[in-house]
Parts: sequence; C-alpha cells; structure tokens
Amino acid sequence: MHTDLEALARQIEPGMRIALPVDYAGVSMAMTRPIIDHGASDLDLVCVPTGGLQVDMLVGAGLVRSVETSAVSLGEAGGAPRFNQAVRDGSIGLRDATCPAIHAGLMAAQKGSPFTAMRGLIGTDILKNRDDWRVIDNPFAQSGDPIVLIPAIHPDIAIFHAPMADRFGNVWIGRRRELAAMAYASKMTFVTVERIVDESLLASETLAAGTLPALYVSEIAVAPRGAWPYGLWGEYQTDTAELLRYAKAARTAEGFAAYMSGAVTEPAQ
Amino acid sequence: MTAPVSAREILICSIAKLLDGSRHVAVGASSPIPAAGAMLLRALKDEMRAEKVRVSILGSVEHNFFTNGSAELFDCAGQGRIDAFFLGGGQIDGVGNINLVGVGDYPRSSVRWPGSFGSAYLYFVVPRVILFREEHTPRVFVDRVDFISAPGVSEPGVYRTGGPYALLTGKGLFSFDRTRPGFRLESVHPGHSLKEIKEATGFEFDHNDDLSITPTPDAATLKLLRGRVLDELHETYPDFAAQMRREISAGATSA
Repeated sequence: MHTDLEALARQIEPGMRIALPVDYAGVSMAMTRPIIDHGASDLDLVCVPTGGLQVDMLVGAGLVRSVETSAVSLGEAGGAPRFNQAVRDGSIGLRDATCPAIHAGLMAAQKGSPFTAMRGLIGTDILKNRDDWRVIDNPFAQSGDPIVLIPAIHPDIAIFHAPMADRFGNVWIGRRRELAAMAYASKMTFVTVERIVDESLLASETLAAGTLPALYVSEIAVAPRGAWPYGLWGEYQTDTAELLRYAKAARTAEGFAAYMSGAVTEPAQ
Repeated sequence: MTAPVSAREILICSIAKLLDGSRHVAVGASSPIPAAGAMLLRALKDEMRAEKVRVSILGSVEHNFFTNGSAELFDCAGQGRIDAFFLGGGQIDGVGNINLVGVGDYPRSSVRWPGSFGSAYLYFVVPRVILFREEHTPRVFVDRVDFISAPGVSEPGVYRTGGPYALLTGKGLFSFDRTRPGFRLESVHPGHSLKEIKEATGFEFDHNDDLSITPTPDAATLKLLRGRVLDELHETYPDFAAQMRREISAGATSA
C-alpha cells in the first residue's frame, strides 16, 4: 500500500482518463514530476471541477490529449500559459463544462447510474459543443420541460493529496468531499499524504466522518509538503510567489522547459 | 481628518444596496469587492438588529460553512437556498449573455480565458445575479459575445428561477429588464458621464434624461466598511484589505 511516487506514476498508461482536483482541495503536485518523467501520453484529464498548475504542466509536457474542465487558471497568478497556448494551437481536445456538470458526472458514477439530470445549461455554447450530453423532455412534467443529461464520468485514476492517512489505508479528507466523489467514481485512486498515523482514523467518531475508507484507495505515498506550491487546507498556505515565477517562465515553450529542468521543483524545507 | 470616499468604496456600498433583502449571499473566488459588499450588508443588518444575512465566501474558512466539498454551493443554489451571487465576464452583451471562455472561434480561441466555472448553472437558479466588471470598455461590453457561457434570458418553457439583476462597472450601475431584454443605466459613478459610458459600451441601453449620480456612503456605513468589513475581509483577501487600509490612511493625511 505504501509506496514511492515513481512506482505510482508507472501505473499510468497512455490514453488513461485521470481525475485531478481543484487547486484548493489538495493537488498532489508531488506526483507531477514523476508523471512527466514516466511519460505516458494521450491522457484525458478530468478537472474536478477546475484545473491549475498541475494541468498546465502536464499539457506543457505534451502528455495531454484532452481536458474536460470548467476552467483552467493559475488563480491570482493569472491565466494558465501552456494550456492557453495549446488551445490556440488546437493541440488538445477541449471539453468545456460547468462545475456542477462535472460533479453531476461523478455523482452518476458514484451511484452506478448511467447519467444524472441537471438544470441550467440550455441555450449555452457549452451544451452546443458537447456531443456527449443530451437534452430530454422531463418525463415527470405535465408540459414540456427540457433538461440536460450528463453521462457518468468514470476516470481510470484519481490523484490527490491529503494531510494524513493511517496504517490501514484510510485517508483523512476533512470537508473536501469532492476528493471522495473522485475516488468513488474512479477505478483506482492514488493519494499522497503529509504523514501516516498509527491509529485508525475510523477509531475516532470525529475523524471518521471526514475519512475516505481504504476500500476506495488503491495506493498511498508519503510526500511532505506534497501540494506545494499550492497550499493544503489546515496545513500550509499557497506559495503565490512560486506560482508567479512559473506563470512568467511558462509564457514560452522554452521558458517552460527551463523552469521544469530547473533545480527548484521542490519546496524549501 | 477622515479620508475621502474612494471609487472602490462606492462600488462596495453599491453592492451592499443591491443585495438588500437577500438572506444568503454567496461570493465566488477572486472577488474581493463583491465579498466586501456582502460583508457590509451583513454588518449593516447586524447594526440594525435585522434578520441575519448569511454570507458564503469561497476561499474563506471563517466565512464559509460548506462541508460537502465544492459541489455544495451548486446543490445549495439548485435548492433555492442562495439568493444572490456574482458573475463577471471577459465579454458581456446587451441581452445579458456572458462569455468566460474566450475571444474568436471556439474551440481555438485567439484569447482563452479560464472557463465558464459554475456560470452555466448559477445564472439559471440564483434569483439575483449581479454582474460585476470594473473594466468598462468596448472590448468587454460587446454587441454580441463570441461564446455564450451563460445566457441572459431563456426561451419560455426553460426552467429558470434566476438571472441577471444588475450590472455594476467602474463607471456606472445598470438594472436589467428580462422582458425587453436589456440593460438600463440607473446611475453614473462620481467623476464619470453618460457620454463616456456610451462610448465605452458596445451595446445600446436605456437611460433617463436626467441621470442620477451613484450615491456615496453615509458616515456610519463608511465607518463599518473601514472597520469591521476590512477586518473580516483580511482573512480571505489580505493584500486587498491591506491596500485599502493604506489608501484610507494616505487619504486621511492628505485630506
């Protein structure tokens, strides 16, 4: 169960669908470099529900075939430079969505249902560009009531970072329930953590409510400050200066390559 | 001396007025001025001992009670439990369509913005959506958006309990009429003019012949904003709160 980051990355195969969390939920930035070094390409990324630095780096490294997302940005550090360039070049497939549609797709998978119905979306160019979504007439309504169906999203692997796991493979996710939703929907879930504790997280009623049981967790690896330069809730703040440094460097392909080959890809301890 | 009222403070106070009557206001990420406006409304209601206003600030720990992940905001809105929310747009057009995706022919946008976020849902189900965009130029306020992230109005028969309520920019405040549909300029911020707004707006809008000036806050409101609200805002937006504090103290010395 407890393994190293490179061993996790080696399980990623070309063409896999990978679910990654929003920047404040617990991004396993520590896995980014091992994934790039491993080099499995043609990945279809699912951002839950938006993407940031990790998505931009994987796109910049040429590993990404398509991105399903509600947004990609570096937050306060501005637009995502490699993602935006790939959009201009037409070199990645885009599946623009809206946040609750991504949640709806994961929810359908969680329930073992083929789809979830959701409001909104009708009349948007998002819907117009999604040939995998459907509009039906609500069969329970007295008169016409169009509603959108979002098919279940079944990622091959969900990857995220959390504060702690226990020796039994349970992971504490606190109130970041989208991490559980990702894990329920995915065939495999890889989690990096700040630390591993001896006592079962399920032994305490207080901790158990925020715990993702080992049933849904395939692999765990320890990676201290593993969300850096993103922050981790309850643990450490986002390193905005580093995000800005990346944003500036990655404006060009050469700058991106130089940044990625630079010595500073790990946090100062 | 008390520092003179700044343009940002007028925006924050305008937002608090637009939100009046809301029981639950949610504010998205990277939105310090809307967050301050929502916090100001809450503080004003507390002072009046009126019904408490709930404020959910995304990105905050103290001012955010959601425990069910990032889906809860949308579920909450879908249940009708959010009365007001804020949306912006790289482009906004005269019928209230907003574009958060990019300029040019999708999918190969010549300028790509982050994406639609939750707009394609929240615009439909939050009764009072305030469009807020400080930059008031013809490249933002266009005749027709290049991509509809969320439409201003919907066809009859489409489920819709929400939509645009007002548009607040760095130059003026507009209301939205869903029946026309279109915007109506309600007031011009101090230091700006109708002529200037017409030149900066790529779509037609209604207005009275004698336009009012967006009001500046009274002393009590300003005191709350510069005290309690900036204190509360500091947790989520430390840089923004600190900058406003510096402006206020610089204004006080030069006044």
